[in-house]
Amino acid sequence: MEAPIRAREALGFILFSLLFSICRSSSLNHLLISNAERRIDLSSHIVKVYLTLKVENAGSTPTSEVFLSFPPTQVDHLATVEALVTKGKRKKTTLVRLDVKPTELPDAPNDAKYFAIYLENPLKSGESTTLEVLYLLTHSQEPFPAEIAQSESQLVYYRDSALILSPYHIKQQTTFIKTPSTKVESFTRVEPSNRAGTEIKYGPYEDHPPYSFSPILIHFENNSPFAVVEELVREVEISHWGNLQVTEQYTLVHAGARHKGVFSRVDFQSRPTLNGASSLRYLLARLPPRVHSVYYRDEIGNISSSHLRTDSRKSELEIEPRYPLFGGWKATFVIGYGLPLQDFLFETSDDRRYLNFTFGCPLLETVVDKLTIKVVLPEGSKDPSAVVPFPVEQHLETKYSYLDVVGRTVVVMEKKNLVPTHNSHFQVYYTFKPIFMLAEPLMLASVFFLFFVACVAYLHIDLSIRK
Amino acid sequence: MATMPASASASDLLKSFKLKTKQQELLIRVSILCLVYILAFITRLFSVLRYESMIHEFDPYFNYRTTLYLTENGFYDFWNWFDYESWYPLGRIVGGTLYPGLMVTAVLIYRILRFLRFAVHIREVCVLTAPFFASNTTLVAYFFGKEIWDSGAGLVAAILIAVCPGYISRSVAGSYDNEGVAIFALLFTFYVFVKAVNTGSLAWCLASAFGYFYMVSAWGGYVFIINLIPLYVLVLLITGRYSMRLYVAYNCMYILGMLLAMQIRFVGFQHVQSGEHMAAMGVFFLMQVFYFLDWVKHMLSDTKLFQAFLRITVTSAVAVGGIALGLGMVSGYISPWTGRFYSLLDPTYAKDHIPIIASVSEHQPTAWSSFMFDFHILLFLFPAGLYFCFKRLSDATIFIVMYGLTSMYFAGVMVRLILVATPAVCLISAIAVSATVKNLTVLLRSKNKVVQTGSTKGSGGSKSSSKALLDQSQPFQKNGAIALLFGAFYLLSRYATHCTWVTSEAYSSPSIVLAARGAHGNRVIFDDYREAYFWLRQNTPQDAKVMSWWDYGYQITAMGNRTVIVDNNTWNNTHIATVGRAMSSYEDEAIEIIRSLDVDYVLVVFGGVTGYSSDDINKFLWMVRIGGGVFPVIKEPDYLVNGEYRVDKGAAPKMLNCLMYKLCYYRFGEMMTEYGKPPGYDRARGVEIGNKDVKLEHLEEAFTTSNWIVRIYRVKPPNNRW
Repeated sequence: MEAPIRAREALGFILFSLLFSICRSSSLNHLLISNAERRIDLSSHIVKVYLTLKVENAGSTPTSEVFLSFPPTQVDHLATVEALVTKGKRKKTTLVRLDVKPTELPDAPNDAKYFAIYLENPLKSGESTTLEVLYLLTHSQEPFPAEIAQSESQLVYYRDSALILSPYHIKQQTTFIKTPSTKVESFTRVEPSNRAGTEIKYGPYEDHPPYSFSPILIHFENNSPFAVVEELVREVEISHWGNLQVTEQYTLVHAGARHKGVFSRVDFQSRPTLNGASSLRYLLARLPPRVHSVYYRDEIGNISSSHLRTDSRKSELEIEPRYPLFGGWKATFVIGYGLPLQDFLFETSDDRRYLNFTFGCPLLETVVDKLTIKVVLPEGSKDPSAVVPFPVEQHLETKYSYLDVVGRTVVVMEKKNLVPTHNSHFQVYYTFKPIFMLAEPLMLASVFFLFFVACVAYLHIDLSIRK
Repeated sequence: MATMPASASASDLLKSFKLKTKQQELLIRVSILCLVYILAFITRLFSVLRYESMIHEFDPYFNYRTTLYLTENGFYDFWNWFDYESWYPLGRIVGGTLYPGLMVTAVLIYRILRFLRFAVHIREVCVLTAPFFASNTTLVAYFFGKEIWDSGAGLVAAILIAVCPGYISRSVAGSYDNEGVAIFALLFTFYVFVKAVNTGSLAWCLASAFGYFYMVSAWGGYVFIINLIPLYVLVLLITGRYSMRLYVAYNCMYILGMLLAMQIRFVGFQHVQSGEHMAAMGVFFLMQVFYFLDWVKHMLSDTKLFQAFLRITVTSAVAVGGIALGLGMVSGYISPWTGRFYSLLDPTYAKDHIPIIASVSEHQPTAWSSFMFDFHILLFLFPAGLYFCFKRLSDATIFIVMYGLTSMYFAGVMVRLILVATPAVCLISAIAVSATVKNLTVLLRSKNKVVQTGSTKGSGGSKSSSKALLDQSQPFQKNGAIALLFGAFYLLSRYATHCTWVTSEAYSSPSIVLAARGAHGNRVIFDDYREAYFWLRQNTPQDAKVMSWWDYGYQITAMGNRTVIVDNNTWNNTHIATVGRAMSSYEDEAIEIIRSLDVDYVLVVFGGVTGYSSDDINKFLWMVRIGGGVFPVIKEPDYLVNGEYRVDKGAAPKMLNCLMYKLCYYRFGEMMTEYGKPPGYDRARGVEIGNKDVKLEHLEEAFTTSNWIVRIYRVKPPNNRW
């Protein structure tokens, strides 16, 4: 197994060095990375990569952009990229978030994709700065074997490169890979590399030219449940009578190794750690505080196995699907809850209102493949606009609810490939006249009034033909 | 004048608001009716409050599924629906084999609510359809009572029927079954027909024809109407109460009702061809003969001649009728009575001939205790009411007496027909209550009036006569009347508490979700059925075929959304017997049947862990009987030891190795169910099982729910030959 990998790696190495020599992009060559440290955390099914880069400007012109590059296979699974810079000296360091945007560079070798980090102050010639980069990868651990029986544990492959793919020359680099347990079946050796406990260390490697690449494959045990929400539709309905109703429809799947053969309840009940170790038994949803009227149901009725714990800062809803989810098993369900409106709805100075609500999925440690948020504004509201910290697809819809005549405006936002770090706030601005709140009660009152008038009229009018 | 005291002006105002006695009565009556209407609705909501808004039991799931189909695909698709998901590989023509009234009603209500912008889900409409119609039934009962007796009896009837457990048992929220709307339709048809007989008005006849049409569209029990009404007409004819009103009412109702009923595809030409409907047709022709005779009698002045004519006509009419019936029977044009109909007339018929009818618990003959449970004091009031009816005989009271007596007989034959008897029992009891209370209060009031002399002069002769009667009566009459009144109210209040208790304890359990008391007095919920069905829905191939006993067929298709081999619409006895045979054969024989039916999963219900007693092991003898009824290879004695049904060590060897036993007890021998008992202790039957080492060769466990109530097995593909 090792030999072919070595060969491929060597080939890749040569290829990249060749490419590097061919396309020496002029805008890039004056930066170099003097020291890089990468920590890859594989303990859950979301791969977290922390990158510490010490960037040095070796050129003559100041620059404010630092590029990160990713192989195309990784970009598809890339959920989020964040960059921070440390400010201050010694004890008074503060972290400042930097802008990161996907960009295109000419002559990208092998379809490598780029993200640009925009520094606050341009990096002058000879200066250096330290960047902290965090990026998350989803669907990057491939179960192997792809089908397991109930008593087997789940083994997965993780593919990456021993060397950091970068458009810059890296003087020194080290990679640490943290596995969930000490059980590692195999890993590609790129000397110097060694394994101790749950950590595999690659490096330090010295002086690697840009676009150096050395594929590695790690085969290890990961029994954390691969909870993936294939589709999540969140509907947030604003009622100016004081309630915010949230309805979330989930299609949950266990995306780990597929379950094969028998499911034995007696084994599952008597030895839960040995049998069905990778199964998904319960999920934890973190809801806002002061949540009320929580329900958890599916198409065929209420699911009674859930617990709600509330305190002043947060509410935690522990939900159990109807059955434990083994690899490849699915469950669909709906969670709904009400929230006090004053916690989420505010007024701007120019008399507009805005809703401030979290974007992502409240379930912990889950990947959402496709998320749709629908903000249902009250009837009669105008000029809706949404402000989201990351790019999303948007459009408007109309929904009819109780006693609606013209329908409610719905702001729909869609995004693919979400991880828990996307749980940041978004705002929807709109204008609304409070007089519209009275429309429905007035309608009801007038209907009853007319009914009684009709009754009185019927009792007093003689409609018979004969006298 | 300007300084008029405020109190005087207020009293003036009051005076102007003061209602006349009639208006007061109207106000009281309307408000009582409104309260009863609300009461009938809310007393049926126990299950929603205690569990959730969900569909109950077995058949309602089919109704719910078809209703969903109707909302999604519209009426024409529904009418032409061929359902591939049931009775695999036969399928079912749903549009032609169901009574669509319930579904159409629910969808209509749903559409109206949607039009009025009430964003309800169709499930909520389905859940609340039965209580809504129960409320409407109370109104009909009021008008019916008013028609046959007086408005007081009507009010009492409305109250009695609103809470009567016999009716509540089939109309709680969630029991979305045909009976829910059918009882309303039944009572409505009867009421309107009696009204038509009383008035002879064509408008009421038309209304009764449409009521009958609605009943036919809603429930197979319409056969009761189409036999009771001719019987009633016959009785009126015999008792010499023939009138033009009756002629108009019956003929119009029969002809129009027949034409309308034939529009329902499930009924179609049965209405003029099957034996069950022949009585109505016979009476129809008899009416014509009667009318003709009446006319001839009117024309002929000679009585002797008329007598001779009468003899000839009657004999020839009977002869022609008999020959026509005989010819129809022989040629097969008129189909004979079905087994279900026979089993209604003769309680022992089903037990000997149709095990599939006898296997259903609600088709068993009624026990006395369940009469008491469902009717409570009505059981004693019913004869009293009959007495009052006979005392004041009229066309209407004859009807209610006949309705009461026939339906009571049927209620005795089958438990589920208590439902049909309930309205009659309530109405007749209401007459008893109302008449008694009225008599007593008249006694009380007239005595008062004796004391205030002269104040009631000129109020009519009847009062003065009763006064005269009073004067001769015993001195303790007033006290006795008061005591009796209190007694009556005490009984009625007992009735109310009993009804509420029964509703809450016995009739409000969805039977899908089982609740039990835990060790610490807390409520434990067993939601295993839905767990299993949802597992099927999510984790099996879309076209998977599931074999189970027919009880669970509707639930699997509705909640699991998978194809089943047999379901609760037990139209093909052979198919059910095949499943029964598979369940009661040895595994290697059963696998042949299973493969021939193209089954992918086998589902069994097992209560050994939880002590749930209505599981497949307890139903197993019926599978053997039904299977053996078609396939004589299966013999009931093989599964019994000395006529005793056992699952422990002393059980019959065939029992210990049949497929059902193996599927239920697979790996159960390793399970500790109760402290201090050996492993493999079956809590439902209270024994340690006899075969703990169950090995399966052709099937494998696919899923077992958390309390083991539902176990699903996958059929393994055949082994490779090499």
